[in-house]
Amino acid sequence: MAHAATAGAHDHDHDHKPGFIQRWLFSTNHKDIGTLYLIFAIIAGTIGGAISGIMRLELAQPGIQWLTFMTQGNVDQANHLWNVFITAHGLIMVFFTVMPAMIGGFGNWFVPIMIGAPDMAFPRMNNVSFWLLVPSFLLLCGSMFVEGPAGANGAGTGWTVYPPLSTSGHPGPAVDMAILSLHIAGASSILGAINFITTILNMRAPGMTLHKMPLFVWSVLVTAFLLLLSLPVLAGAITMLLTDRNFGTHFFTADGGGDPVLYQHLFWFFGHPEVYILILPGFGIVSQVVSTFSRKPVFGYLGMAYAMVAIGFIGFVVWAHHMFTVGLDVNTKMYFTAATMIIAVPTGIKIFSWIATMWGGSIRFDTPMLWAIGFIFMFTVGGVTGVLLSNGGVDTYFHDTYYVVAHFHYVLSLGAVFAIFAAWYYWFGKMFGKPYNELLGKLHFWVFFIGVNVLFFPMHFLGSDGMPRRIPDYPDAFAYWNQIASYGYAIMAVGMVFFFINLVVSLASRRKAEANPWGEGATTLEWTLSSPPPFHQFETLPVIK
Amino acid sequence: MSADAATDRSNRRVGVAAALVAVAMIGLAYASVPLYRLFCQVTGYGGTTQVAAAAPTADQLAAVAGQRIKVRFDGNVAPGLPWRFRPKANEVSVPIGEKRLAFFTATNTSDQAITGQAGFNVSPDEAGQYFVKIQCFCFTEQTLQPGETVDMPVTWYVDPAILKDPVAKKIDEITLSYTFYPVDKRAAASVAALDKPTRVRLSAATNRNSLKDRG
Repeated sequence: MAHAATAGAHDHDHDHKPGFIQRWLFSTNHKDIGTLYLIFAIIAGTIGGAISGIMRLELAQPGIQWLTFMTQGNVDQANHLWNVFITAHGLIMVFFTVMPAMIGGFGNWFVPIMIGAPDMAFPRMNNVSFWLLVPSFLLLCGSMFVEGPAGANGAGTGWTVYPPLSTSGHPGPAVDMAILSLHIAGASSILGAINFITTILNMRAPGMTLHKMPLFVWSVLVTAFLLLLSLPVLAGAITMLLTDRNFGTHFFTADGGGDPVLYQHLFWFFGHPEVYILILPGFGIVSQVVSTFSRKPVFGYLGMAYAMVAIGFIGFVVWAHHMFTVGLDVNTKMYFTAATMIIAVPTGIKIFSWIATMWGGSIRFDTPMLWAIGFIFMFTVGGVTGVLLSNGGVDTYFHDTYYVVAHFHYVLSLGAVFAIFAAWYYWFGKMFGKPYNELLGKLHFWVFFIGVNVLFFPMHFLGSDGMPRRIPDYPDAFAYWNQIASYGYAIMAVGMVFFFINLVVSLASRRKAEANPWGEGATTLEWTLSSPPPFHQFETLPVIK
Repeated sequence: MSADAATDRSNRRVGVAAALVAVAMIGLAYASVPLYRLFCQVTGYGGTTQVAAAAPTADQLAAVAGQRIKVRFDGNVAPGLPWRFRPKANEVSVPIGEKRLAFFTATNTSDQAITGQAGFNVSPDEAGQYFVKIQCFCFTEQTLQPGETVDMPVTWYVDPAILKDPVAKKIDEITLSYTFYPVDKRAAASVAALDKPTRVRLSAATNRNSLKDRG
């Protein structure tokens, strides 16, 4: 009883924080959990980025040099190792870097604050969401070191885990571990989605109507619905895969009356909404940043909000454009081509509204704004190649070439990641109470921006010339642009060095961040609080006019 | 405090509703398996052939008199099944709508009884909707004794409606392909007893049909 009384008394202390174990392992505070997610995303992103470094090293010149070095000269194992790397890179970047950073990290940190809520609706479930991610990530990393196909380690299935490669092609336990990892990561995200939906629908401060919510909150709301509707389908599909592998079911095996193409339908019914899950929070972040640094409210607020709803909705009815080459008939391709192209309309609304927001604004080119403008530029390039690929006829040529790799890295690596960095610098002072170093931030941006463009733009040429994905070797004709792409990776890596230096230098500095360093353009509720915000904010709910 | 309790209650309501949506979506993923099969059967998607009880009527046949189409046959076995499986004739040219009989010869080259089941489809995919089977060895599992050779019949016709389909009417050659897969040993034991009479009945029907065809 005495303990309870003390705890109760402490609630009235303005900024009492629990001890280290209590605070970080058993955390129920949305800001602490957000920080944990961000740390997790940085660690996972570094591992995923290092893996892509090995890939670019191998691709820097024709022939297989480095993979065979790692497998003592065995070429078959080297080819499989390549598949393991691309699989791990894809899964880590999607499930353990971008999603934790955007939704778990910035979503947890700022959604409750932006709607004027004291915390998330289910704080303990929030803790479970985060801590499920850790064993999931360990399982995925562990799968690289157990047997996949006979005589080789790791799951070399691609992030799509298509059967029969993932079933009869990988008799060892590596794919089972990867599937379990996806199950756990999926459960974590579904719990997170339920939490966000409940928080946003139920815990808004008085006066914070849906149509007054900041666009970042809108973006997380739409994302949470996409997660809730798509992830269970992935869970179902990979459970079928698991029983096909281990318990003699025949969902996807032709010899038992199943159909491997059904797996592709199920996977992409999840997979296409998944790519919007990765990018939508980025849309929200860019809207906040562009509006703040143009010192204008965002242009066409309602259009922006409902464009995201429309993108989320259409995202569920275009999945087969990932499978144009499985033998769909011409009418089906026609539908999926047209439906996919329609997505360009709400996306165009967003791009033009950002430009209109900047138009006539009093623009400050601080680091977050540079990343946001970089995002708009890069995402537009990726969007244009996307419209090209959406065409069923054209896709027959581009399918599984580096053109596709270039396309989705322009929207994800240069889109989603740019949005994450925009958010990182935008909210750095708010989250950690210390301002970031502006010079290092700008160096990070410019070097990274040049690096990724040198890295990914040549892939358009390689793809149009027919260089296939998922192969570690290529004919000499592709050597020139591959070498340049690998230089681009090196430039990008130097950019990331500035990021880490900035992180250390800024956190070690003794300067204190202002409550609102961005001036009159920063109108959302987090800027009304101190930097960092009190451990428990809004004990009396703010009233929004 | 009562406001907090009300928020908690409505949080729980929204949370449970969202969780139910997630559970429903898992259900939908599993429901998609039979739905997908149904979809393929109804639309002939991916070259799924159709099943009918009887051949087209004389009226239907008269409407398409003189129109012919070439049908090729292909038979193969999945790895791990020690059978030889070939069509008796590689191709035939038939009047559209006319009921025909084709034979495939299967030989068990191993020294034990093995049960197999044939998977099938036609190419091009668009023809699936119009390739109709009345009787087929592929409808049931087949067991072959060691060294046994069996002629397996399929009764089929090409639906005259193919001439009304804007895409499929351009098809002048259809390939019917079968692949025999081994059936699980345990499952095989239980169906072996049922299987034999089926084949007898099929061959009886076959004999009748072949007599009629000759006549």
